[in-house]
Amino acid sequence: MATEHIMAPELSKIPEGKLAEKWTNYKAHQKLVNPANKRKLDIIVVGSGLAGGAAAATLGEMGFKVKCFCIQDSPRRAHSIAAQGGINAAKNYQNDGDSVYRLFYDTIKGGDYRAREANVYRLAEVSNNIIDQCVAQGVPFAREYGGTLANRSFGGAQVSRTFYAKGQTGQQLLLGAYSSLNRQIQKGNVTMYARQEMLDVVLIKDSEGVERARGIITRNLVTGKLERHSAHAVIVATGGYGNAYFLSTNAMSCNGGAAIQIYHKGAMFANPCYAQIHPTCIPVHGDIQSKLTLMSESLRNDGRIWVPKKLEDAQKLQRGEIRGHQIPEEDRDYYLERRYPAFGNLVPRDVASRAAKERCDKGFGVNSTGLAVFLDFSDAIKRLGKDVVADKYGNLFQMYQKITDDNPYETPMMIYPAIHYTMGGIWVDYELQTSVKGLFCAGEANFSDHGANRLGASALMQGLADGYFVLPYTIQNYLADQIQVPRFSTDLPEFAEAEKDVQNKINKIMAVQGSRTVDSIHKELGHIMWEHVGMGRTKAGLEEGLKKLKAIRETFWKEVYVPGKADTLNVELDKAIRLLDFIEIGELMARDALHREESCGGHFREEHQTPEGEAKRDDANFMYVGCWKYMGEGKEPELYKEMLNYQEIKVQTRNYKN
Amino acid sequence: MWLTSSSIGRKVVMSVTGACLVLFLTFHMAMNLVYVYDVMVGTPCGEHYYDKVCEFLGTNWYALLGTAGLAALAVFHIIYAFVLTAQNFKARGKDRYAVSGKQPVHWAAKNMLVLGIIIVCGLAIHFYHFWYNMMFAELVEMEGQFGPAEGFNWITYQFSCPITVGIYVVWFAALWYHLTHGIWSSMQTLGLNGKVWLNRWICISYVWATIIVLGFVAVMLAAMFATPGCGAAACCGAC
Amino acid sequence: MGKEQFLNVNVKVWRQRGPKEKGEFKTYRVEHVSTEMSFFEMMDTLNEQLINKHEEPIVFDHDCREGICGTCSLYINGRPHGIDDAITTCQLHMRKFSNEATITVEPWRSAGFPIIRDLMVDRSAFDKIQQAGGYTSINCGAAQDANAILISKVDADEAMDSASCIGCGACVAACKNGSAMLFVSAKVSQFALLPQGKVEAARRAKAMVAKMDELGFGNCTNTRACEMECPKSVKISNIARLNREFIKAKLAD
Repeated sequence: MATEHIMAPELSKIPEGKLAEKWTNYKAHQKLVNPANKRKLDIIVVGSGLAGGAAAATLGEMGFKVKCFCIQDSPRRAHSIAAQGGINAAKNYQNDGDSVYRLFYDTIKGGDYRAREANVYRLAEVSNNIIDQCVAQGVPFAREYGGTLANRSFGGAQVSRTFYAKGQTGQQLLLGAYSSLNRQIQKGNVTMYARQEMLDVVLIKDSEGVERARGIITRNLVTGKLERHSAHAVIVATGGYGNAYFLSTNAMSCNGGAAIQIYHKGAMFANPCYAQIHPTCIPVHGDIQSKLTLMSESLRNDGRIWVPKKLEDAQKLQRGEIRGHQIPEEDRDYYLERRYPAFGNLVPRDVASRAAKERCDKGFGVNSTGLAVFLDFSDAIKRLGKDVVADKYGNLFQMYQKITDDNPYETPMMIYPAIHYTMGGIWVDYELQTSVKGLFCAGEANFSDHGANRLGASALMQGLADGYFVLPYTIQNYLADQIQVPRFSTDLPEFAEAEKDVQNKINKIMAVQGSRTVDSIHKELGHIMWEHVGMGRTKAGLEEGLKKLKAIRETFWKEVYVPGKADTLNVELDKAIRLLDFIEIGELMARDALHREESCGGHFREEHQTPEGEAKRDDANFMYVGCWKYMGEGKEPELYKEMLNYQEIKVQTRNYKN
Repeated sequence: MWLTSSSIGRKVVMSVTGACLVLFLTFHMAMNLVYVYDVMVGTPCGEHYYDKVCEFLGTNWYALLGTAGLAALAVFHIIYAFVLTAQNFKARGKDRYAVSGKQPVHWAAKNMLVLGIIIVCGLAIHFYHFWYNMMFAELVEMEGQFGPAEGFNWITYQFSCPITVGIYVVWFAALWYHLTHGIWSSMQTLGLNGKVWLNRWICISYVWATIIVLGFVAVMLAAMFATPGCGAAACCGAC
Repeated sequence: MGKEQFLNVNVKVWRQRGPKEKGEFKTYRVEHVSTEMSFFEMMDTLNEQLINKHEEPIVFDHDCREGICGTCSLYINGRPHGIDDAITTCQLHMRKFSNEATITVEPWRSAGFPIIRDLMVDRSAFDKIQQAGGYTSINCGAAQDANAILISKVDADEAMDSASCIGCGACVAACKNGSAMLFVSAKVSQFALLPQGKVEAARRAKAMVAKMDELGFGNCTNTRACEMECPKSVKISNIARLNREFIKAKLAD
């Protein structure tokens, strides 16, 4: 068992006062930096998605000198762009009883009571400002005929609070942040470094011996050269680590590298085991598959999910002898409607995913791999007509048809859960500062607001809240003490040493010259993760998984082959460096999942379930944030528990049945 | 100056000059239809309405001014065509695609310069046939086969030669193609277009181009059936 | 699902070490390719083959693999993003090819997009054009309530259609003039249609067109190849609007 500590409550820096007044009080009393001093302070932002891009733009607007880094060829391509559904806000434009409190409550409940109350309340508070800001930027949200903004409903809520821009909300919000970023680049306040990957953070001790983040080492992905960049503070906003599973809905380049680098330098990694598995993805088709495609959650508004009642029908489907629409109504098992009559097909993502897995594990899967269920629109087409269905979901149906060559108007869609989002991440306090001074973490990369499960349309909200409205304030509370500190030279020994470490690691990888490609090892890692740290976890399985993860690390160091040279463009090297970090994340996830002897949100331990197969939480023993502290190579990390106190909310068992 | 320094400005010059030339062609065609009327009515020796038109459009100040203006339009249109094409060729980059584009792009749209060159060549012949013998002849008081105002006879005479007819057929075809793209394209460049008007303009382009070309073809056909005026030779003598 | 079949294909790929070096086509054979695979999965398979033979893999841009990030940029058999309409390269599937087909894969070719290596090109020119004016000048925190500005649904929907551009560059790649007008006009249109953007419409149109010209993109001759290849079906009515905005702005100077 890992060494355990209880974290001192003041470390979280949660402001005093009533929940609804905390953020206002904080802002009223925090330290600020005056305009003349802002020009003297440099901030590095790593990542240009909703959190990073918004933060870089806003800090630039305030007058700080910002250096923003992204691994893509343009900041506009960060993976936030792929979010389809929408963004939540407590505007109550629909007059359906929404409020800041209700959004806060739904988010805490949706997160299975594992999120920090003060952070989530702040998130709900600033959600309204986000919509105002985005509209002012020219984000073309959907509108009613009267000219006001339109809303739709999403899973886990009883109100309509989701704002959307066709099926491309993430894209439009990111382009909004990107446009603000561009304006600051043009003004010279932000310098953009595209196709650059952070490979380490540089810490420098101040006069009192406190280590502070003062820069990063990057690899220029075009030239292969290592570069040093200094600043007064560093923000990491590099997204989630879902690609540890190899197959996920994440983009190919999404990685957990920056998170692992700062974890190695002292930032704690919180709740790594909380990974969200999205129920409506297009099923895996074969070994060479590189990526899973998500179908928007909104499909569950009108689509009905089912598998055959009879095992022999399922087997015929698996052999390709019959097709879904040939199975008569009475032989279909609408298992979500059967198990959860109140919410039916609109149960939260974790519940829907587990239910699908349960059916497929029993042999009722409907495609050749046995790992798929039907999402059927025939009822909706009968009820609403094909035109209405096409109007609502036409682009999604077309996307499905392009990928599968199946026509969803005629035969039911096939879907299966896939890794989609990671709620866990770098631990941050109320100010979004990590356990390293001057090092901040925002967006999906941090652990902060979603607890053990994230509700639909909340990721965009959190990324933009962090970037536009939280960090630009809280970072000043830190920087106000740094105005006397001159700019740092990158010739300092700390930079030289960090660069040398990175160079050594790269040389070591290049020197292996084994016989296996990076992807082949990554796929093997993915299989281990899905098998042992996937939707249903057991003690034995996790222990077995940890052993296999150790073995795969050895495989990497013995057998990986990276062609070409290190000091030039080398895509395989980029992937190899990221793969090493994924292996470490895998171990962290397994370790965290093993220690958390309960089921909550995205984390389901098969030992801890009700007789009906529902998740069984253990609030008495596990109502805390599990933070892992790196203790050195080859050593077990130590666990720090940030206890969660709910003052304004009554902790209940989630119930979606009635 | 934005009309020379910006890409849209240069295109505006092409559009405006092009649109003016289209208007001129329309006028030219309408004027020529008088010839067709003459042939159909079959007036006897000397009495042609068309000749009256030619006389009216002689070397008056307004005709000369119009001609100079037209020449300027054409010169700008042609020079800009070459400049734009050269710039566009450069913008394409040094390496070209091994497999050329498979998009169903309108043929004329891709070949406006080639069509333009054919039109200019045709124009040279046309100038020699008509303008040189008519307006120019009047200006320098040159002695020709017919008088400068004997438009009817000139047309009848020139189109009595099958080679000339052949050249004009090619010329008209090139003109037609050029206009089917040019008319709507000029409206698009001037910003007088949109989702709804795009198809309307394209339709108008085809109809307009067809009317202009049919008008000219009618003149050519009529010439074949025309009775030569007094003293006219039956053939240009080339064949 | 359509019937899965297996193909053998010959992939003729442009290989070029660096921006200044001479490139050439190389042909590789990939066998037993499932028709269910995406084009990139076929390319992944080919790269695995190459790495296993200790050759350097083919470099190409790709990321989200679901048609939204705009990173992928291959010119396949004479068409940007390959032989289908309204898709990105990552949405192209092998069922579109026949057995024993030779597939020619080239990079985007335009003076505005220099080659970095193999099939990877530098599209930073697009960022520079956006930086010139593709924004509304509003600082975070200065916005009024979102519903304070009423925008007709028609305008909002049309602005959305313009805004759906993913910046992939297929329009430039398809254009015989290497013109970036569709890309620029999509952004100018989005803002010109919305009251928030109208305030700076003139300044924006002038600045973005000037930057586009400066970066060496060609002049639009309305061939419409761009809209035929746009994965998001952005229409040339946007170009008409850009022309209108630009001419209006210049005439007012």
